[in-house]
Amino acid sequence: MNPQLDKAGKLRHFLTTEFLPKEILLQILDTAESFTRVTKRNVKKVPLLRGKTLFNLFFEASTRTRTTFEIAAKRLSADVVNINISTSAQSKGESLLDTIANLSAMHADMFVVRHARSGAPFFIAKHVAPHIHVINAGDGSHAHPTQALLDMYTIRHFKKKFDGLRVAIVGDITNSRVARSQIHALNILGVSEVRVIAPKTLLPVAIERLGVSVFYDIRLGLKDVDVVIMLRLQRERMRGINLPSSQEFFNTYGLTIDKLSVAKHDVIVMHPGPINRGVEIDSSVADGNSSVILPQVTFGIAVRMAVMSILAGHSI
Amino acid sequence: MIANLPNAENLFGKLERKIAPHVSEETGIIGIHTGGVWLASRLHHAFGIKVPLGVIDVSFYRDDYAQRGLKSKVYPSSINFEVENRDIILVDDVLHSGRTVRAAINEIFDHGRPKKIMLGILLDRGDRHLPITADFIGGTIAPETDDKISLKRSEEGTFELFMNSENTK
Repeated sequence: MNPQLDKAGKLRHFLTTEFLPKEILLQILDTAESFTRVTKRNVKKVPLLRGKTLFNLFFEASTRTRTTFEIAAKRLSADVVNINISTSAQSKGESLLDTIANLSAMHADMFVVRHARSGAPFFIAKHVAPHIHVINAGDGSHAHPTQALLDMYTIRHFKKKFDGLRVAIVGDITNSRVARSQIHALNILGVSEVRVIAPKTLLPVAIERLGVSVFYDIRLGLKDVDVVIMLRLQRERMRGINLPSSQEFFNTYGLTIDKLSVAKHDVIVMHPGPINRGVEIDSSVADGNSSVILPQVTFGIAVRMAVMSILAGHSI
Repeated sequence: MIANLPNAENLFGKLERKIAPHVSEETGIIGIHTGGVWLASRLHHAFGIKVPLGVIDVSFYRDDYAQRGLKSKVYPSSINFEVENRDIILVDDVLHSGRTVRAAINEIFDHGRPKKIMLGILLDRGDRHLPITADFIGGTIAPETDDKISLKRSEEGTFELFMNSENTK
């Protein structure tokens, strides 16, 4: 059974895009679309989560993701508590379950969890009280489902559909939880082809099994694609020497206007951020006409509002 | 099924005549999804109002969200005009508990402070849970059951009322 769904098949936790029904992904995207209107209003809040308390539990530092979750929750009128665990009780030796039990005793309704270990949010979801919902905000190299869905939202916003699209994901696939969540979501939503483009050292073994075609040459991989998703080179997660140098990586895989020229003329370029200019992407592309990197950030708030409001609506 | 429900087109005619004296080119007309939007759209056209038609889906403001959650399809609300200091006519098909209207008024106030909100309703079925009254009513009915009364629109754009057994007071 999918640990994210309740007995009626409704979303109870949001932990990964893998194995989710297409209808649930589309429901999140449609609901997010309604929320984008709210953020343009005089009063940028709706009362859905009034009286609910959301805890941002970041066992791994992240300013941007935590901030977008915080804004999303506040726009839904929830109370938000940010806890930076790395400087907190866990460093005094408290176990993860004790931390969760303590926060639950403070009447938490929702946990947004980021953790360096793959699977940590699943573990938490398994042990929380029935009324508490867990959202995975990134676990190890496993999953980052809200990022993937805001990327899906961005693609649908600019391309109006999923069928017939060719999407290329470029860069450090091995260490990327974003890439895994994107690949699952893109296949569920029914794009024609998902390509991954990377050197062998940055591709996990048997990645084809996820339903992607593999390219080692970026010029071949980008040919006729509608969407390019660049990934950040995650130096902090790399063990040993995966790469000769970042200059070498840029020369071979860094996205430049020249390399992008083989893609469709109306290609969009995405990046989950933070971007490393001159490492995986050239400034002329990041700031160019094809770039939709900043709209992605804006859509991220509406998508997180959608996930929270769908989860909290299934409390009973 | 359609036991003794009034003719929706007749009710609409009455509603339109009652609202007409209160409308100017600057009046904002806002319909509540889905039936209210159909009615508001025809009124908006009939009165030749210049201000764009407003549309509200009250899902984000409902008081039963904690019990029933979010419905699977929430339509985007769009009020693309200045609400501040404007006369507004809010339109819905059936007035029952008054909770939908309460939610819609809350949402309108999140866009600004209107000068006045008036309520136009095709069919008032009574049994209010809140102190809310319509300013313009097409007709009234006192049904014996709690079955939901809904509006349906044909391809030609004509209206018809029908009943179904889903109780959504």
